[in-house]
Amino acid sequence: MATINLRQVEKKFGSSYAVKPLDLTIKDGEFVTLLGPSGCGKTTTLRMISGLEAVTSGQILFDGQEVTWNHPSQRNIAFVFQFFALYGHLTVRENIAFPLQAEGASRDEIKRRVLEVAQMLRIEHMLDKRPGSLSGGDQQRVALARALVRRPAAFLMDEPLGALDAEFREGMRAEIKRLHISQNATTVYVTHDQVEAMAMSDRIVVMSNAEVQQADTPTEIYHNPANLFTANFIGSPGMNLIAGEYRDGQVQVPGGAIPVDDGWRQVLANGLDGDGKVIVGFRPEAAEVQPTGALAGSVYASDLHGGYSMLHVEIAPAQIIHARVERRVSFAIGDNLRLGIQPDMVRFFHPRTEKAFAKEERRS
Amino acid sequence: MSDTRIVQIFILPTVILLICMNIFPLIYSLFLSFTRFSVISDAPPEWVGLANYQAILTDPRFWNNFAITGRYALVSVALQTIIGFGLAMLLRTKFKGSGILTTLILVPMMLSPIVVAVFWKLIFNPSAGIFNYLLGFTNINTSPEWLGQTDLALWAVVIVDVWMWSPFVMLLALAGLSAIPDYLYEAAAIDRASAWFQFRRITLPQVMPLLLIAVLFRTIEAFKQFDLVMGLTGGGPGDATETVSIRLYKLAFQGQYDTGMSSALAYVILVIIIAVSNLYIRQLNKARG
Repeated sequence: MATINLRQVEKKFGSSYAVKPLDLTIKDGEFVTLLGPSGCGKTTTLRMISGLEAVTSGQILFDGQEVTWNHPSQRNIAFVFQFFALYGHLTVRENIAFPLQAEGASRDEIKRRVLEVAQMLRIEHMLDKRPGSLSGGDQQRVALARALVRRPAAFLMDEPLGALDAEFREGMRAEIKRLHISQNATTVYVTHDQVEAMAMSDRIVVMSNAEVQQADTPTEIYHNPANLFTANFIGSPGMNLIAGEYRDGQVQVPGGAIPVDDGWRQVLANGLDGDGKVIVGFRPEAAEVQPTGALAGSVYASDLHGGYSMLHVEIAPAQIIHARVERRVSFAIGDNLRLGIQPDMVRFFHPRTEKAFAKEERRS
Repeated sequence: MSDTRIVQIFILPTVILLICMNIFPLIYSLFLSFTRFSVISDAPPEWVGLANYQAILTDPRFWNNFAITGRYALVSVALQTIIGFGLAMLLRTKFKGSGILTTLILVPMMLSPIVVAVFWKLIFNPSAGIFNYLLGFTNINTSPEWLGQTDLALWAVVIVDVWMWSPFVMLLALAGLSAIPDYLYEAAAIDRASAWFQFRRITLPQVMPLLLIAVLFRTIEAFKQFDLVMGLTGGGPGDATETVSIRLYKLAFQGQYDTGMSSALAYVILVIIIAVSNLYIRQLNKARG
């Protein structure tokens, strides 16, 4: 298994950036997800790591060895494609055996190892079929088997679940996660699905506009987003973000005033521009319906999600915040209510730089 | 009138034409192949049973015609396949001017075989033609006479046929190659397949169905080869380039106008072409999986 280092790696198409200079270290055995909306450069980054795409400048190192200009075949990696990229004219067995045959492994060895991975992925009963006759989930299993069979130094996966039906997706997600743990393989995984990223990753690299927005553990990304983009992109719905004004230890927002903790006061006083303009952010689950809550609003809509309800509360015309409440709580549209916000879950962002403020004791 | 009746009325002219032009001659010629008959004589067809077929299958000259045709088809189609596929591999990646180049390469295919035969005769001309000159023969007395020497004439026809029809194989091979998705090569690169391994395990099997169709078409055409040979050599010198269809023509429309015998020969050719086609089609189905 391998450590992957990206040093100032960038990709330009013509004069526009597909990936702006990027530094990233993926540790041995780590599961790192590149997450972002389509066109953010995550797939290009993955393809540069694989060697399928040439870098415009920068360096890529595997275990300290420079591989920037190596052909994909010289990098000892496996790549799982979104649309499987199976060899349609070959049987499942031949597909899985392909990388072994390409490096000239012996017949016995090929047979043994194909069977081994086929058993691991529970596809041994379909070895003699053609990929075209299999379901999407099984095709992706075959693709995974083909990737696993060579025991590569790193797995690169480009939205491997993107082409699957919803019902297969969660099962395959668990399977890939288990494979990662059992193989302890360095894995770089690309997805636009933040639920997938949260569930699977050791670390998430959030990308947007060809740039890394934040690279951190799922928990950190969720609770301490580095900027407005991450705050809004992660979570469904994303973080509630309200523009307000910091004055006298609280933030004046439409619908009320949000009190600011002692720990934050100094930070805000130092960091804000003179006008005190600030953006307050909190997750839907940080809001509770309370008779004495800080924010007043009226119910715009309420949807039941099975385990919980999502309340959409209009605090000012066309400004809606989301609150995740117990499923038994129900309100009629137009009801007036007040929302209280757990103080430790409130975050602050600078409206001009869009960056989050960091508390002193928090790691930054 | 019901809809089906209207449909039938619309189809009727075609069906009548088909019966008159195709089905009746087919059956009538099958009947004639068992008779002694000549269209220019007044004598009615005389039933002779399998005598015509027997004569064809025991006459060494007919066997020689088949051997020439077979050799011609084999060499010509093999060369067309190799050259056509090679050209397709070269033109596969687009470059500046590749579109125009592809079109130019296709030109020979669009010409009439008789026109091709006439100007290749000039090209092969030992004293004035450019072919020998390009090969480096400048002395008329020692330079080969491509259409006049028994050992070269068939090769000359092969050269012209290959020149004319390799582009056809190229065209189909290009269609096959462009249908191979890039991701297969990306996957193969990741799987550490060498260029040769990729060619053998991906390119060739993926393009095989279309290549087989090209080979099938060219083989059938080669068996039927008539106009090019007629224009270039007329079957000569001697019978060096006398393919079965030339022989058939001579038998049916020259000298005695032996309609019975030529009908029998036509049927023998038909059976051979169907047999060969079936072999190819079986391969084709196998290649498609």
